[in-house]
Amino acid sequence: MTDSNYDEIMQLLCDRLSSLTNSNAQISPETNLISQLSIDSIKLLNLIMEVEDAFDISIPINALADVQTVRELVDLVHKIKSVSQ
Amino acid sequence: MNLLEKIDAAAAARKALLPNGVGAFGIPIEEVYSATEARIGDRRVLLLGTNNYLGLTFSPECIQAAHEAIDKEGTGTTGSRMANGSYFGHRALEKEFADFYQCSSSIVFTTGYQANLGTISGLVGPGDTVLIDGDSHASIYDGCILSGADIIRFKHNDVADMEKRLRRLGNRVETTLVIAEGIYSMLGDQAPLAEIVKLKNAYGCVLLLDEAHSLGVLGETGQGLVEKTGLLQEVDFITGTFSKSLCSIGGFCVSNHPQLEQLRYISHPYIFTASPSPATIASTRAALELLRKGSHLRKQLWNNCTQLYSALKEAGYVLGPDPGPVIAAVVDTPQQALLLWQQLLEHNIYVNLILPPAAPEGKSLVRCSVNAVHTENQIRYVGDTFAKLYSVISSHS
Repeated sequence: MTDSNYDEIMQLLCDRLSSLTNSNAQISPETNLISQLSIDSIKLLNLIMEVEDAFDISIPINALADVQTVRELVDLVHKIKSVSQ
Repeated sequence: MNLLEKIDAAAAARKALLPNGVGAFGIPIEEVYSATEARIGDRRVLLLGTNNYLGLTFSPECIQAAHEAIDKEGTGTTGSRMANGSYFGHRALEKEFADFYQCSSSIVFTTGYQANLGTISGLVGPGDTVLIDGDSHASIYDGCILSGADIIRFKHNDVADMEKRLRRLGNRVETTLVIAEGIYSMLGDQAPLAEIVKLKNAYGCVLLLDEAHSLGVLGETGQGLVEKTGLLQEVDFITGTFSKSLCSIGGFCVSNHPQLEQLRYISHPYIFTASPSPATIASTRAALELLRKGSHLRKQLWNNCTQLYSALKEAGYVLGPDPGPVIAAVVDTPQQALLLWQQLLEHNIYVNLILPPAAPEGKSLVRCSVNAVHTENQIRYVGDTFAKLYSVISSHS
């Protein structure tokens, strides 16, 4: 578990969220996925599949129930990735 | 924002999509004349928005069976089978489903939705995994959520993607349930069952196939995709609904695994709900008999499917990959879909409107459901109308 891992996940998610929303809005760790980026449930589920492939991990979609912000999503991915290593 | 204000915000978003009070969802149907015609407002419309695939809603056999059951056993069971008991009809229908699928066990549920909810949540639990197609029906998603198992999605009908995700699970495949559908309800395409079965056997997981839209439609006797592909014995659990080809309401699960019977004691959607009414069970039993002998109905249905699919394709519409009773025209924007839906209704044709996020890949759908008793002229009229509207829709952004 390293900071570079965490940063890599943060960067990947911010890039993908930026292209998904087609918005110029600045995405920060505290950005809310639904209220600020209008990411609907299907877009979020498809994003999770991309992240699974990028890091070769399995992310159960039920774990997303507690995720509202970019930081919470990064925390979740980081936790799963750390356990799988 | 308080709880009720959140609901208001969702309602406002829905209204923004459907201006001028357009009632595309839950449209009032004033009278039903037949399996193909009804009255909406003051219009006599052609019904292309039902799942009445074999057109049996007005079959004399089903109606008579329902009447006799009401006369003999009353209007309802007033309770669950666990607490209040199983009527003869419940047990007879379960035996008939087991016979139909050459399986040792069968359970009847009160709705098709509950069949998936009850089967999935009975088979898997916390610590287990469900691997589901990304385009799965809401009843599958909800059953998975109710189970508490880890839910992993694979890309729709993409077997390579499915294998990638199975491989990642490692030893967890032993407690993994894979779920696919015979015919998918949005685009009408079929699961690549032979390849899914190969993976299921290679990795040693359990396979559930939902035949909701394919029961009565595929296979010589109408078993569904399992019959069409000759893979009946390879699928561990088959679920389905009575509310499409069987023209009533309810659902079922069949299996050769003796463990299916245990679901009666652990599956809340089976235990804690009233059992199907005598009339529902009786008409379903009559319909199942007609379905099994209904190869002539399937022939008519497929003639109609092919005719309409070809007409829409020729007119330029983007459609799902397979012709079938679900034929969805895929358009780019909700506005185009709404305009097409409205224009079809103006031409006395009722179809289904499906908007994001319900439609796959952010697209919008205008979905037709074809049945066996639509006449050739009715199908031609629908095809011609779609063709006439194509340029109107294409030029509308």
